[in-house]
Amino acid sequence: MVSLGSRTLTPGQAWRMEKTRLQELLDALRRQGYTVIGPRIRDGAIIYDEIQRLTDLPIGWTDEQEKGYYRLKRREDETFFGFAVGPHSWKQFLHPPIFSLGQARRNGQGFEWTPSTDPPPRYAFLGVRACELHAIAILDRVFMGGPYVDPVYRARREAIFLIAVQCTVAGGTCFCASMGTGPKAPPGADLVLTELPDVFIVEIGTERGAALLAEIPCTPATEADRSVVEARLEETARSMGRQLDATDLPALLYRNLEHPRWEEVAQRCLTCGNCTMVCPTCFCFTVEDVSDLAGAQAERVRRWDSCFTTAFTYTAGRPIRQSAKARYRQWLTHKLASWWDQFGTSGCVGCGRCITWCPVGIDLTEEVHAIRQTDSALTSERR
Amino acid sequence: MISQATSSPVPNLFLPSPFQVTGVRRETSDTITLRLRPLDGEVFSFQPGQFNMLYLFGIGEVPISISGVHPRTHDLEHTVRAVGYVTRALARLRRGDVVGVRGPFGHGWPLEEVRGHSILILAGGIGLAPLRPALQYLLAHRPNYEQIVLLYGARTPADLLYQPELERWRGRLDLQVFVTVDRGDELWRGHIGVVTTLLPLVERFLDMRRAVVLMCGPEVMLRVAVRELEDRGVPAEQIFLSLERNMKCAVGFCGHCQFGPAFICRDGPVFPLPRVRSLLEIREL
Repeated sequence: MVSLGSRTLTPGQAWRMEKTRLQELLDALRRQGYTVIGPRIRDGAIIYDEIQRLTDLPIGWTDEQEKGYYRLKRREDETFFGFAVGPHSWKQFLHPPIFSLGQARRNGQGFEWTPSTDPPPRYAFLGVRACELHAIAILDRVFMGGPYVDPVYRARREAIFLIAVQCTVAGGTCFCASMGTGPKAPPGADLVLTELPDVFIVEIGTERGAALLAEIPCTPATEADRSVVEARLEETARSMGRQLDATDLPALLYRNLEHPRWEEVAQRCLTCGNCTMVCPTCFCFTVEDVSDLAGAQAERVRRWDSCFTTAFTYTAGRPIRQSAKARYRQWLTHKLASWWDQFGTSGCVGCGRCITWCPVGIDLTEEVHAIRQTDSALTSERR
Repeated sequence: MISQATSSPVPNLFLPSPFQVTGVRRETSDTITLRLRPLDGEVFSFQPGQFNMLYLFGIGEVPISISGVHPRTHDLEHTVRAVGYVTRALARLRRGDVVGVRGPFGHGWPLEEVRGHSILILAGGIGLAPLRPALQYLLAHRPNYEQIVLLYGARTPADLLYQPELERWRGRLDLQVFVTVDRGDELWRGHIGVVTTLLPLVERFLDMRRAVVLMCGPEVMLRVAVRELEDRGVPAEQIFLSLERNMKCAVGFCGHCQFGPAFICRDGPVFPLPRVRSLLEIREL
């Protein structure tokens, strides 16, 4: 609880904030030492990078998304967050694509490590969508929920400030409503913004969020405001570009590991790994060992990897998953089935990135639908 | 030292500690056993069946089973077959060289849990390596077990690992050892055939329903062995197998070693059969 003059701010409350005051929020975060990361336009797409001013945001822009298709388009209004998610996700800031684990130098008999000690950046994420909050919660389980804790992820994760934005438009490949991951933001964000034509309705998620919002002039939201927010979210949920029947997905996929559809999708899949790069939860990495030419100094570098490469399963002289069929099957069944066994949650949040950014337009909702329509359990019943 | 205690957490998860090579024993034309001693002098505890990540300065890192411990010096042994970039470099190591070690990782054989049972060990090729410390442990605690049987298959007589020790094992009265090869040579007078063809000899004197099976080898061998063992009445929950996959982190983060829902590094490498049986039948999983 934060009291400031006549105002008392506390988690659970909602406030009305003039849209231009978002700049003051950014300034306040920067005064606290945060690097603010948010959406901005680069190379014809909305990506995540450092934000200094409101004009850095893609105000008045939206995106058209379909399978294998992404185009930016002007909106007819000046909406701040009138677009869906792009090719970037917050994963790249929490689980860096390339990270040096340490350097080793030969010393007499052996060698000695200098572990990477650079202090992790303090990020404030602006514009985290509901599906993305779920994705971060999933990465938390992967890197911090097991018997070992990943020090690289934890150092970054513990420092972040999260400002969520609830989606008032759904993208053409979105299906969070099917996965139960949106458009309403789950708990976890410090502040949750919903954009209405003239104001942001700001819900306070944490004490930290309350303290930040206390620095910005705003007025209490009314019951009417809250109902407008609910109505906007319901409208977003109704306009999802995609749907996926998520009923018993693990069982469905486990009993169809030899389904002919895997062979069919393999005919189209280029095994390029784009889907794994844009996915906000795909976490696999490799560790590369390199040395200088003299062999006096060595480095261990951790780098994003993809289950779509053959090298990924190279074991005792040969790759285990040689066929494209086996690699696509691994990706999809991991995402939707074995993730549950491993981490107690789905690995898919319905963000649609893998559909949009697949160069040949493979759509996992179509693939799952095709398998469900010809489920081996059903076909054997019919026999 | 071999211990049945759980391993302590690794201080720095990703950076291997230097160990000195105190000996290299040539096992076969493509396989050697390295003897390793920590440079910091710390005592290294592990459970039979666990593995280490072996690192070569600036070259790479691979998961290798701990294949034993030297009885006097307590040096760790790792048996390496030269099949890839890193393992070929490991096979070129000489006494006095230094390698990096991270570990031990994973779950080993449930040797304490299966006290009072007969133990049937099935090894194919270099699959004997993670079973060797298990057998050493069983022999060191011999009165706790009923019959102990080792079935070991290799491609040819020249591919048999640990030959002096194998001969000592064959000389023991409290251990039954059967060795087979796929192809014999002019001196070979033993059994010829895959390792599962030894099972009819064993079931004459071993109560298969009471036996606990520990096995490791090529996956095709494991698949056949599972069927043959179950046909002979070994309950699935008494069969344990050690599996192998590519690994980069060994602690369940890098994703490489997934076998269906299992991370072989963290949930294995030793699994009770019921956890992996349906997966074993799927190719390219």
